[in-house]
Amino acid sequence: MTLLHWATISPFLLAIFIPLLYKYFRKIHTGWFVLILPLVLFIYYFNYLPVTRDGGTVTEHVPWVPSLGINFDLYVDGLSLLFALLITGIGVLVVLYSIYYLADKKEKLNNFYVYLLLFMGAMLGVVLSDNLIVLYVFWEATSISSALLISYWFHREKSVYGAQKSMFITVFGGLSMLGGFSLIYVMTGTFSIREIIANVDLVTASSLFIPAMLFVLLGAFTKSAQFPFHIWLPDAMEAPTPVSAYLHSATMVKAGIYLVARVTPIFGGGATWFWIITLAGLTTLIWGSVQAVRQKDLKSILAFSTVSQLGMIMSLLGAGSAAYYFNDGDNLLYTTAILAAVFHLINHATFKGSLFMAAGIVDHQTGTRDIRKLGGLMTFMPITATISLFGLAAMAGIPPLNGFLSKELFFTGMVQASQYGIFNLDTWGMFLPIIAWFASIFTFLYCAILFFKTFRGKFQLEKLNVNKVREAPFGMLISPIVLITLVIVFGLFPHILAYSIIEPAMQSILPGILSAGERFEVYITHWHGFNLELWMTIGVFLIGILLYRTMSKWSKFGFYQTEQDIFNYVYDQGYDGLIKGSQVITRAQITGRLRDYFVYMCVFMVLLIFYTMFKYDGFMLSTDNLSPVEPYMWLVLIAFVASIVAVPFINNRMTAIIVTGAAGYLVAIMFTIFRAPDLALTQLLIETVSVILFMLVFVHLPKLKKEKIKSSTKIVNLIVSISVGAMITLVSISAFAFGSETGFSSIREYFIENSKVLAGGYNIVNVILVDFRGLDTMLEILVLAIAALGVISFIKLRLKEGEDV
Amino acid sequence: MRKSPANNMMLQTAMRYITIIVFAFSFYLFFAGHNSPGGGFIGGLMTASAFLILYLAFDKKIMKKVIPFDFTILIGIGLLFGVGTGIASMLFDYPFLTQFFDYFHIPFFGEVELTTALSFDLGVYLVVVGAAMSIILVIAGDDE
Repeated sequence: MTLLHWATISPFLLAIFIPLLYKYFRKIHTGWFVLILPLVLFIYYFNYLPVTRDGGTVTEHVPWVPSLGINFDLYVDGLSLLFALLITGIGVLVVLYSIYYLADKKEKLNNFYVYLLLFMGAMLGVVLSDNLIVLYVFWEATSISSALLISYWFHREKSVYGAQKSMFITVFGGLSMLGGFSLIYVMTGTFSIREIIANVDLVTASSLFIPAMLFVLLGAFTKSAQFPFHIWLPDAMEAPTPVSAYLHSATMVKAGIYLVARVTPIFGGGATWFWIITLAGLTTLIWGSVQAVRQKDLKSILAFSTVSQLGMIMSLLGAGSAAYYFNDGDNLLYTTAILAAVFHLINHATFKGSLFMAAGIVDHQTGTRDIRKLGGLMTFMPITATISLFGLAAMAGIPPLNGFLSKELFFTGMVQASQYGIFNLDTWGMFLPIIAWFASIFTFLYCAILFFKTFRGKFQLEKLNVNKVREAPFGMLISPIVLITLVIVFGLFPHILAYSIIEPAMQSILPGILSAGERFEVYITHWHGFNLELWMTIGVFLIGILLYRTMSKWSKFGFYQTEQDIFNYVYDQGYDGLIKGSQVITRAQITGRLRDYFVYMCVFMVLLIFYTMFKYDGFMLSTDNLSPVEPYMWLVLIAFVASIVAVPFINNRMTAIIVTGAAGYLVAIMFTIFRAPDLALTQLLIETVSVILFMLVFVHLPKLKKEKIKSSTKIVNLIVSISVGAMITLVSISAFAFGSETGFSSIREYFIENSKVLAGGYNIVNVILVDFRGLDTMLEILVLAIAALGVISFIKLRLKEGEDV
Repeated sequence: MRKSPANNMMLQTAMRYITIIVFAFSFYLFFAGHNSPGGGFIGGLMTASAFLILYLAFDKKIMKKVIPFDFTILIGIGLLFGVGTGIASMLFDYPFLTQFFDYFHIPFFGEVELTTALSFDLGVYLVVVGAAMSIILVIAGDDE
């Protein structure tokens, strides 16, 4: 474990102490303890910047399950460092913001910060892992912590609904991604991303290439809320606003982007990859921006806007993958799209983070997020209004803010992609810039709506849930101000980022494009001359303003009046269908009668064993070498058989208990005859304890009634019983015959020889239990414990009459 | 077990002495386990049956006074012993659940073999007692 490993898992370690800190330092807001960690981590990861800036990488190796190729390997390069800085940097601001946002004494801060730290650690793990399985584990941990944070106010029904939905969709994607990783392992024999990239020929030549790609992409698309899986993100807005700003705009939803960028060197370069990602991204872009216009809730608008911006970054990664196709000569021309993707990823984190925080402030100070109730807040909340103005202007692409630069690059990337002349782009390519342009108009429109409906217009105090509206406390404003300053600084001086962060990140997404010692030369400028992109931007502004001006006309249409996304309907129907379908299946087999379940188990066991024995020709009915049966053993046997046969004919419960007990004690005698004292003791005690149990519950048992059972059921029961007995007999005879015929020495020889030497005990049974097979015993007592807890909860928490699951 | 009939004086008097013997024998079985028949599982069952006959003879209320703790806790403690023994060997850089034994000379007892398996077996013992008792008591105490 190196310092890098400890740094990556440090959020988990701190999370252990949060409940204690919360309990013993009630006076101090728990957030202050948490705040230190991301700050230290940010500084720590920042120290790697000089390494990656010059194209260097750091790899730290810790074996975990080396025999399966699973190692806790961490890998720092331009891309992972960019994400690590985002996670810790935005983390600091979000924790600071949350201290003021969750200032209420009743908030369960211990839960909140434990979940938040779990997320932070998991997310760092995702972006720094080199091993696909380790990445997967952290990936699912982000899904779980995200669901926990969404349901933080778990008494609200919508929170739980949103949490469940996000969990379903992202974990579904995660599992399919695991399938994709396994396929990659089948192709290359390694889980290490760097080794896979080095052996990329094995992947491209394989017939599993397309399935593996689709599985991995399903994981990335569900996580990054790509169409049609985007529906979980708007419902995730039920989380506290700091969480929305952190997980659901700046970091977690970008995990899918990260994954796509990370595996671009593996899958990129073909038409399938190019079209799937570009189209998914563009569809998400336009769908999200159109949906955002329809929303009335501040956070819903921002959620759909996040969906659409994620789609934009995704489509850029798709378009940029074409650089691999032209992997010869002067291919630097084709990397603009990747540059735009990396640059916009950073910009989006800054402006969307500040916008979410501003929306949270509005919600916090006015008690509502409905734009139909808000208005005229600029007079009361000038600082929040300024923050929102800059954030929204950046998102709408107004110069000179950073959003304008990346939006221009986005247009350039799409225009370039449409002119590649490969992958049928000469036919369909012209649609790429057109879709991009249309979506940008809607982006402009919802930015305008968001600002003017909230901060301008008529102030309606009577519709708000508070008596007086005033500006937020200063502490709450620090974080959005820091972010908005970055928006302006990155907008004016983009080259702060270009050399140290963007170029190394591009190099990680597109290794192998450059020859050794070369690096990407990024040049971002505000003024490109009078080219197509400029006219597109001007068109966006003009049409956007026109649409906003005419809003009073088109807002009467059904399109604007309703806001439900059609895919939510599909999800809800599918969810209900799943529940109903499972209930039908469950009801069909769960009859509530123990003996039915017993029949299921017996039938399954008999069929399984019979099939296996028959298939491998395992039956051996030789009776050689059997030891003779002594006369007194016949006595025990006859008594045993007699008591067993008698049980079905007894109509008195007490007699039935006694006779069953007798059969049990006779088994104990058999163990004694065969000199197995431990087994005999155990059997005796079990029988004793169960007899006592019977005596304790005897009062509660109903009178044994003569049941009327159909004769067909009786016959089935008889056949099942006989076949179980016959199967056990056949298997034991065959096993014995097999042993004596082949001359395999029994495993007991080993234990007889070694139990004293290796474990220091003469009682072989006990030595096996506690030493040789101690792990089995440990899991057995675990099962025993679970069974006990199960019985307790079944009886204590059982359903009342007529209640249903 | 809900009502304590007044006329079981004989049973109660006898059980007071019998349970001592049963408890003693169960401890013997537990400690003897490594070299003679017995061990955590058998010892645990024996202890559980001793508790059970006490419950049979006396009222639940009286037993609550005699045994003030909840048997469910024993399950947790037992699991901790089991897993703890496993982890302890890891602290000394051996694989999980490596057992050790050695012989010591202790006054009065003479040459005694001490094993880490005993602490593991104690875990088994406690889980068996806890599980058996809590299952049976919850079933027996279910009055609905």
